[in-house]
Amino acid sequence: MTAVPDIEFRAVTKRYGAVTAVSGIDLAIPPSAFVALLGPSGCGKTTCLRMIGGFEQPSEGQVLIRGRDMAGTPPYRRPVNMVFQQYALFPHLDVEENISYGLRQARPRLSSRDISSRAGEALAMVQLAGYGRRKIHELSGGQQQRVALARALVNKPAVLLLDEPLAALDKKLRTDMQIELQNLQREIGITFVLVTHDQEEALSMSDFVCVMNGGRVVQLGQPSEIYDEPADLFVADFVGKTNLLSGKVAGLSGDLADVALADGTVISARKRGPLSRGEAVSVSLRPESLSLSAPGNGSLKGIVRNRIFLGSTAEYAIEVQGIGSLLAKADHVIGQGNLFKPGEPVAIGFAAGAPLAFPGPKNNGTNQREDQHAEILS
Amino acid sequence: MSAGSQPALSMRGSLFRKNFITALLLAPAALWLVVFLVLPFVAIAIFSVGERAPEGGYQAALTFAQYANLPARATAFWNTMVLAPAGALACLLVAYPVAYYLALRAPDRWRLILLALIVIPFWTSLLMRTYAWMYILGGRGIPALLAYVGIEDLRLINTPGAVLLGIVYGYLPLMILPIYVSLERLDRRLLEASADLGATPLSTFLGVTLRLSLPGVMTGFSLVMILLLGEYLIPTLLGGGKVFFIGNALVDLFLQSRNWPFGSAIAITLVLVSVVVLTVANRISTRLSGARRVDLI
Repeated sequence: MTAVPDIEFRAVTKRYGAVTAVSGIDLAIPPSAFVALLGPSGCGKTTCLRMIGGFEQPSEGQVLIRGRDMAGTPPYRRPVNMVFQQYALFPHLDVEENISYGLRQARPRLSSRDISSRAGEALAMVQLAGYGRRKIHELSGGQQQRVALARALVNKPAVLLLDEPLAALDKKLRTDMQIELQNLQREIGITFVLVTHDQEEALSMSDFVCVMNGGRVVQLGQPSEIYDEPADLFVADFVGKTNLLSGKVAGLSGDLADVALADGTVISARKRGPLSRGEAVSVSLRPESLSLSAPGNGSLKGIVRNRIFLGSTAEYAIEVQGIGSLLAKADHVIGQGNLFKPGEPVAIGFAAGAPLAFPGPKNNGTNQREDQHAEILS
Repeated sequence: MSAGSQPALSMRGSLFRKNFITALLLAPAALWLVVFLVLPFVAIAIFSVGERAPEGGYQAALTFAQYANLPARATAFWNTMVLAPAGALACLLVAYPVAYYLALRAPDRWRLILLALIVIPFWTSLLMRTYAWMYILGGRGIPALLAYVGIEDLRLINTPGAVLLGIVYGYLPLMILPIYVSLERLDRRLLEASADLGATPLSTFLGVTLRLSLPGVMTGFSLVMILLLGEYLIPTLLGGGKVFFIGNALVDLFLQSRNWPFGSAIAITLVLVSVVVLTVANRISTRLSGARRVDLI
């Protein structure tokens, strides 16, 4: 017998007039997991979260929470709580009143001693003990974020929903909160569902990533699966940085395809999806799977156009004749002055199995990476 | 003179110029307030401790006899002090649902049209609109219609009820607009957050919507109250001399019996009472809405 999923979508479709925001999603979110719904804006991830919270009703299909169909159940009767984007804290209440708001709605009523002791615990949990009497506008963004978390968690929900909770914080604070959220989730042991458009955030925080695009779930898996074995071209391009090279299938053998690149070089790539000979494909090569060496060996030759030294690593933009610009990332070992300089010719190699061949030409909505290369090149 | 004092001097110079320009810009408004508010108020205050000249008007004196005589006009005070808040309250009860619908429920493309429909009648003279009510409530209006269905001898015009109705009708837009503005500014996600935390629609309304719209409610209430305290037209036309407001008493004292000192005493008392009432109302709304202090008047 398998455990009942905390959240389950069964053939859920949501339409707004003529626009379909979510189309036919089937999804089971396992209990006690940290799950990220990841996708570009307009992919339907927020709509999914709002359907769990009860703020939107599915046009078709069912949303189940712990096995119970939630059709017709209003938000205030659902065993979930949400951390809203920009927090939506009540400006007319102080910190403690905000946190105990949910407790005061409980029926049968909780004793006021219960309420204040639980609110106190929640404040301590988010390291805001002693801030109970502060006004919301007196708090910093990070503190408001913690109050929003405490306000949701104090109700002991079955599932915590987080709608882009870190978007308004600066980078340093965001990293701290990412770690804190992970710790909290492990401590409390309930399911967290996080909506984010930031793939780094999704990869770093969650146990499972659910990549969405165009109202559909494209891939559900552990972060490393999503990164290493992207289901399609969209995921390969959206999650992490990658180089996409156009080519044609020159030969097929088992899991592998020989792909002729634009400059005539033939490389061997792992097949992702059904391919036939002569078909246009895109080959994905992660920057860190490229290795640079002095000219002479390697499968591709290029010229370093630009270098960004990041301390532990260095990123290179390399111009390859006939193919375009490639992004390469190399570890930097202290004491080995092995940095290539702009203008230097290099040979590019990669491990067998690193290139992935996807059916279809690139550039269906995948211009983002090109822009990044352009940024480095400029 | 040392060279060091040079910049300080020129800074003082520019500061002076800045202040001068500010003063120049404020001068017309200040002059207006002094000539048409402060001076008349001082004059009225002086009149109120004077005596009525034998032929009417004012005669210099220093007496509080006029204030001692205030109970003589107790009915007018009573009517004003009851009907002005009651009218403002009735206005509020009618206006709140309308403002709520406009701000939170009305479809976007209808909102402007509906707002215009509320404001446009306000552009015609209150006198004309109140006259219209005289006919509607008068013998040949609603009572005549009711007589057809067997309800006879119903008196509508010249009753406190008619005055109240006229007040609600006349001042409704002044109540709707401030409430609409405060509800329109309300962050909708707060309502979702409240529902998310388990609050039923009723407790969300009481705990979030109503509390956060209180500044608008108090603005509307104060606006309507202030105007009602000096109301003259509606009680005259719809109260028919039977429902007397302080406004009517003032007209009577200044223009008919020419007892200026007594009229002045009443006017001063009215101002003092209004200030007290509105200050208290303001305090309450600030306390309840928890917002940073906003002065409404």
